[in-house]
Amino acid sequence: MKPVFEYTKGMRETELHYCPGCTHGIAHRLIMEVLEERGDLGNCIAVSPVGCSIVAHQYMNVDMMESPHGRAPAVASGIKRVHPDSPVFTYQGDGDLASIGTNEIIHAAERGEKFCTFFINNAIYGMTGGQMAPTTLIGQKTTTCVDGRTIEQAGMPMRMCELISCQDRAVYVERVSLDSPANVRKAKSAIRRAFKVQDLKLGFAFVEFLSICPTNWGLTAPKAMEWLRENMMPYYPVKQFKCPEEVKEVK
Amino acid sequence: MAEKKLMKGNEAFAAAAINAGCRYYFGYPITPQSEVPEYMSRELKKAGGAFIQAESELGAINMAYGASAAGGRVLITSSSPGIALMQESIGLLCSVQLPVVIINVMRGGPGIGSIQPGQADYNQVTRGGSNGDYHTIVLAPNSIQEAIDMIGKAFDLADEYRNPVIIAADGMLGQMMEPVVMPEPKAALTEEEIPVVKPYALTGHKNKRDRHAINSVWLKQELLENYINEYWPKYEKAERELQDWESRNLEGAEVVFVAYGSTSRIAMEAMEMLADEGIKVGLIRPKTLWPFPVNAFKEIDFNTTKHIISVELSQGQMIYDVKLAVECKLPVSLINRVGGMLLDPQEIVDRTKKIMEVK
Repeated sequence: MKPVFEYTKGMRETELHYCPGCTHGIAHRLIMEVLEERGDLGNCIAVSPVGCSIVAHQYMNVDMMESPHGRAPAVASGIKRVHPDSPVFTYQGDGDLASIGTNEIIHAAERGEKFCTFFINNAIYGMTGGQMAPTTLIGQKTTTCVDGRTIEQAGMPMRMCELISCQDRAVYVERVSLDSPANVRKAKSAIRRAFKVQDLKLGFAFVEFLSICPTNWGLTAPKAMEWLRENMMPYYPVKQFKCPEEVKEVK
Repeated sequence: MAEKKLMKGNEAFAAAAINAGCRYYFGYPITPQSEVPEYMSRELKKAGGAFIQAESELGAINMAYGASAAGGRVLITSSSPGIALMQESIGLLCSVQLPVVIINVMRGGPGIGSIQPGQADYNQVTRGGSNGDYHTIVLAPNSIQEAIDMIGKAFDLADEYRNPVIIAADGMLGQMMEPVVMPEPKAALTEEEIPVVKPYALTGHKNKRDRHAINSVWLKQELLENYINEYWPKYEKAERELQDWESRNLEGAEVVFVAYGSTSRIAMEAMEMLADEGIKVGLIRPKTLWPFPVNAFKEIDFNTTKHIISVELSQGQMIYDVKLAVECKLPVSLINRVGGMLLDPQEIVDRTKKIMEVK
């Protein structure tokens, strides 16, 4: 009998440490499923960030290394010089990429580095216990802004897709969401396009995933999904910012 | 025999690295080492390698981290404040046991300091400014030829010990010109050779082995303790086997200078001037700063030697290692300049005589 669904060989058979309801598991699986489809699990080299997903190498079945906080794009640039034909990606959260690592990500994008960055935006520092991130929304409560983030005190939330799409050599930039089955399928297509951009050596590819953090948001997973739709989507619009002709047809 | 060429220090450092099979260099401009990235930007591609002008020293060392993890032979260089910025990842490279060669073309400090030669990064390179337990092997050349030879050796030591190796050069060595001979060139590893020679490298598992994970984080503290204790003997081995020094005229010496790098050459001139006046001076020149060559101090003739003087371009940093090596058998004095100022031989002569007057 032909199986209709199988656990991807891209994920190692081990228990995830992520909190119940966390969307890291979905993002991990989507990336690994795409690599498996492409037959690239054995060729890929990846970089994990500092944050909840630092131990992504325990779950993803590809060669992988940890990066110091924020430096994953520099680390990946070094890997790519030694193995220019291997698919390389960084997996980074919003504290890592949008705060301490802004220099590295902007310059990697501007150099047109031939790797993909998968950016998990859940509007909070998860691993350290729910502090304000650069992506925390105005009015959102965290442990370092208990009355809600204000513009006066912390400025406006950083919109990374908008920022990165200003770089000419960032040729593929798309924001997707992990809030619903339909959007999860679209997210997977975005991952396919990002790797295709890398195959064709067209430039830098960046995909942002709107994600949830039920534990630090203090919400159940379904409520967190609603919160994402009601609060994150208006400020962080789900859209394709840039896409080269060559990969437009990739679904 | 290879031809003798007149080369500027910084260019010779870069050429020596390519000659030693280095194919990856990530640099950021800072005086007095900027000729290294300039040279690499021209020459590395010709050798089949890759150069990136990084966005910062943080970028440079993390590119080096990625390239080293991927199996490449990697060089990075900077000068004092730039090396300060790299500290986080120097400790991280030690924690994941990856090789990289780092040249510090030292200038005056602290802070942004001056752009003239200095040695006030002695503590920075031998103790390190990163967090946690680790050591870096530190080699200290006193001529451009010796720097060339040490750079070749540094790459091999970095691979053997799977640890960063630092070359403690200074602005004088970086900026001056001397006749040099390059050793026989070494080939870089091919893509096929990397997984054989460096089995830890990230090359993609090719569906033939388990995936490699290079991790610096340990969520179970007892496992981290075990891991540190597992690799720590390599540092004890380094302390036993790597100590290296040059000694001169120790037999019958009344005074012994301890000096490294370009300062040692100024001290040598002062030794000759003092000898002309009938004062016998010996010299210990550490060629490794870590491990510090404590064994060299067994060669001192404590029947004749009454004064030991640490000669440094810092406010007395190496002197603590000298005192530990002398084991309180004699007081240790300091002759120094700081901030990018150099000692001249006559100043060393005069200050040595003053020290000798004190009973």
